[in-house]
Amino acid sequence: MTGAQLEKILKKHDNQSSNILAILQDIQASENYLPRKTLEEVSQRLLVPLTQIYHLATFYRTFSLTPRGRHVVTVCTGTACHVKGAASILNNLERELKVQPGETTTNKEYTLETVNCLGSCALAPLVVIDGTYHGRMLGTTVLSMLKGEKKGASKKS
Amino acid sequence: MSEKELVRFQIDGLEVEAEKGQMLLPVALEYGFEIPHLCYHEAVSPYGACRLCLVEVTKGGRTRMTTSCNYPVDAGIEVATATENVLRARRMILEMLLARAPHSETILTMARSAGIEETRFPIIDDADGCILCGLCERVCREVVGANAITFVNRGDKREMAPPFWDPMACIACGACVYVCPTDCIKMEEQGDERTIVRWKRTLKMQPCKSCGKPFAPQFQLNWIVDRVQLPKDFFELCPVCRKQKK
Ligand code: SF4
Ligand code: SF4
Ligand code: FES
Ligand code: FES
Repeated sequence: MTGAQLEKILKKHDNQSSNILAILQDIQASENYLPRKTLEEVSQRLLVPLTQIYHLATFYRTFSLTPRGRHVVTVCTGTACHVKGAASILNNLERELKVQPGETTTNKEYTLETVNCLGSCALAPLVVIDGTYHGRMLGTTVLSMLKGEKKGASKKS
Repeated sequence: MSEKELVRFQIDGLEVEAEKGQMLLPVALEYGFEIPHLCYHEAVSPYGACRLCLVEVTKGGRTRMTTSCNYPVDAGIEVATATENVLRARRMILEMLLARAPHSETILTMARSAGIEETRFPIIDDADGCILCGLCERVCREVVGANAITFVNRGDKREMAPPFWDPMACIACGACVYVCPTDCIKMEEQGDERTIVRWKRTLKMQPCKSCGKPFAPQFQLNWIVDRVQLPKDFFELCPVCRKQKK
């Protein structure tokens, strides 16, 4: 992130340290992750200790400290989804994308993640692709959706 | 500041008096009651992390269990420090703490005196004794002002660490070493270097201009000089030689 870009974000939030979460969200949205250098700059500019920023950055699921892929695939592994076969979906994706949860494919296309319950257990097993919820999934369906061959029933998050 | 209001209330039937809004734990301790506690220290704000200081408080006819270190006292409350409920809950907490810090003398002693020989919980594989009480972080932030460490991640990945595991802000003062209830932060000195082992911070020490003995990390001295705006040569001498000069 360039200095000018950061400047714009900080200005949008009145250079207020109390807006730190919104600032981090904007950086995440723009870069797809929170670069260390940018966080250090934010810390110096707003006089917020880096410890506090790092705490927030590692606490919330929306933030990532490593670059995320262009598409984020999140498999729900909560109880209901687990019972309905989340593990096999996850296995399928791990094998095909050659990544573990939390990792990004070498071509920076996909990031695989897991989450514990999205509150839509009736639709289990659930997979979220780029923010869109897809219910009653199968490993194979997810894969073909990723390849853009098929659109599943969806509900915007 | 507004005038201090004194309130009267009861602890285990004894009539006590304290400033309104003071935390219950220090008041009870001062009156000689024994309430086990690990994450409380009078030098920093309470945090309610270890849950050991549980007591039962009756207020307006209702009784509930609460941590005493962060419970502000009020007139007329009735506190019970060792009911069957409290003791049972405390034993459970001690067993859980034991699973995290199986070698901590402090916790072992507490557990034994509560009648616990061993924990029923699986001992955490790489248990390093940290019970995530947050005392080190509060001391580093509120007392030292270095802001070198923080809680990181959440759930079972939660840990205490410097940001990016880079202890760049740590001045190796050792305050966290002193305050850690499970002794899991170690400090070592070798030659002219001091290391805070847990945070992986090693700093060179400044030799005393008179006796030549290394006495404090250079980084720490510069940090203090900077913050308090002392003359640059303020820390030339070690505390011993400084006294003699006077
Ligand atoms: S030794 Fe480092 S981490 Fe510990 S209190 Fe001092 S500055 Fe903070
Ligand atoms: S290192 Fe010690 S003081 Fe710090 S959180 Fe862990 S147990 Fe508490
Ligand atoms: S367990 Fe997956 S949505 Fe609840
Ligand atoms: S001392 Fe009260 S919760 Fe730890």
